[in-house]
Amino acid sequence: MNLRAVWAIYKMEMARAFRTVLQSIVSPVISTSLYFVVFGSAIGSRITEIDGISYGAFIVPGLIMLSLLTQSISNASFAIYFPKFVGSIYELLSAPVSYLEIIIAYVGGAATKSIILGLIILGTASLFVPLTIEHPFWMLSFLVLTSVTFSLFGFIIGIWAGSFEQLQLVPLLIITPLTFLGGSFYSIDMLPGTWRTVTLFNPVLYLVSGFRWSFYGKSDVSIGISLGMTVVFLLICIAIVAWIFRTGYRLRT
Amino acid sequence: MQSIISISGVTKTYATGFKALKEINLDIERGEIFALLGPNGAGKTTLISIVCGIVNRSSGTVSVDGHDISRDYRAARSLIGLVPQELTIDAFESVWATVNYSRGLFGKPADHAFVEKVLRDLSLWDKKDAKAITLSGGMKRRLMIAKALSHEPRVLFLDEPTAGVDVELRQDMWAMVRRLREDGVTIILTTHYIEEAEAMADRVGVINRGEIVLVEDKVQLMRTLGRKRLLLELRCPLATVPETLSRYALELSPDGDRLTYTYDNQSERPGVASLLRDLETAGIQFRDIDTQNSSLEEIFVNLVRRDA
Repeated sequence: MNLRAVWAIYKMEMARAFRTVLQSIVSPVISTSLYFVVFGSAIGSRITEIDGISYGAFIVPGLIMLSLLTQSISNASFAIYFPKFVGSIYELLSAPVSYLEIIIAYVGGAATKSIILGLIILGTASLFVPLTIEHPFWMLSFLVLTSVTFSLFGFIIGIWAGSFEQLQLVPLLIITPLTFLGGSFYSIDMLPGTWRTVTLFNPVLYLVSGFRWSFYGKSDVSIGISLGMTVVFLLICIAIVAWIFRTGYRLRT
Repeated sequence: MQSIISISGVTKTYATGFKALKEINLDIERGEIFALLGPNGAGKTTLISIVCGIVNRSSGTVSVDGHDISRDYRAARSLIGLVPQELTIDAFESVWATVNYSRGLFGKPADHAFVEKVLRDLSLWDKKDAKAITLSGGMKRRLMIAKALSHEPRVLFLDEPTAGVDVELRQDMWAMVRRLREDGVTIILTTHYIEEAEAMADRVGVINRGEIVLVEDKVQLMRTLGRKRLLLELRCPLATVPETLSRYALELSPDGDRLTYTYDNQSERPGVASLLRDLETAGIQFRDIDTQNSSLEEIFVNLVRRDA
């Protein structure tokens, strides 16, 4: 294994995050704070407790998931799309690195940034609302699993995308709506029967629900199903990446 | 001499059906400077990209120092440095960071002293903290070379290395290529500047329409395919070439004061002596006489035209 190459790519990716600290860290923190002001204070004051949890505290896991998903995808997709766009990918393709090493380095870099971001948002949230974390191990597990899974997903989008527009397409048109409709800001019990059934087809629901369970011990769906669905999505992403690398899809013509 | 790169039966057909390479067989000898010449779209970059692992071949085998580029890609690729034609660098990285990154990517342990030497050799040391985006075109080209040399390759591919660079940088690069060759590095360069191949290469390969048209020792090539010209500066201008000299196919300059005779210098009877005798018989006197060898450029153009 070419560990030096993995480390070189990882270090370069982390350096990029620190170089664009405003975009990578500050901007998600500001938008999360705004969510708290709007949803937590303005709307939250009119909503009673959900499952015995104050509304402000209730939305924290969903907000973290929202940032985690969007940032994991955008970090990883940009990281591999940019060298493709400027042409510097030639160096990666001509280097003695395996596909697995490329994945570990890029996805590792993107996931690390997302995890750091998730923890920063958690810290920011604790300034607004009192938080309890009943299952810290599972909280961290979900944080890591989600970051890795969606960084992989972002990596796939970055390889697939042929333009900056396509790069934005999936996050904007699919991920953001799914996140907003995935129970980040409400419990699915608050929805009418049909919509509740429809929501069960939204994969983000399982992430948010499982993550919320790790905080408060309460969830929309059982923790086993949440975990299972996340792992299934991870396996799907791994399968797609394996196919991309076996065929050289959009990388090696 | 054992070849360091062995290309055997390599073909490349793109998804569109375009055949970029047709059955390429080529051996690059250890320690030589090999110039790959060919018109635009001939397949030079495709061939280089296949050897370096950037493009998948449709069929055939390639080995680098005995390592198959597919089965043993790590060993094969770690021997190769590539300077592509386009200036493609992460614009926001510093010179120092990006060269060290390249070294790490090729699995070499950090060696700041070596990277410093590479940067100094390429006159980039003063710019080590500058971001790539702030460098001039020539500096960016040097940076691409520094990245390719950062992992101490044994084979260096230079794809159009001096396209669009000024004379000073071009000469610097030629000097660098010679230094690398002295250190035992094998160099394969593609170029449009034929004089570059003429000045640098030990062997020349010509590729046209995806096929290797010719591979030859440069000196031998110029000797066998080269034609010589005899230039005669006349004392009195001529209006036309006399009928008695028609078998020599002489060219008369527009102002009528110079005759050019082109002949094959390998021929048993190049016809120079008889031409001079016949000129005297015709009463044509000349005040000066000169001969010229044809350049590699002419040889190249003739080869490509013949093949078209």
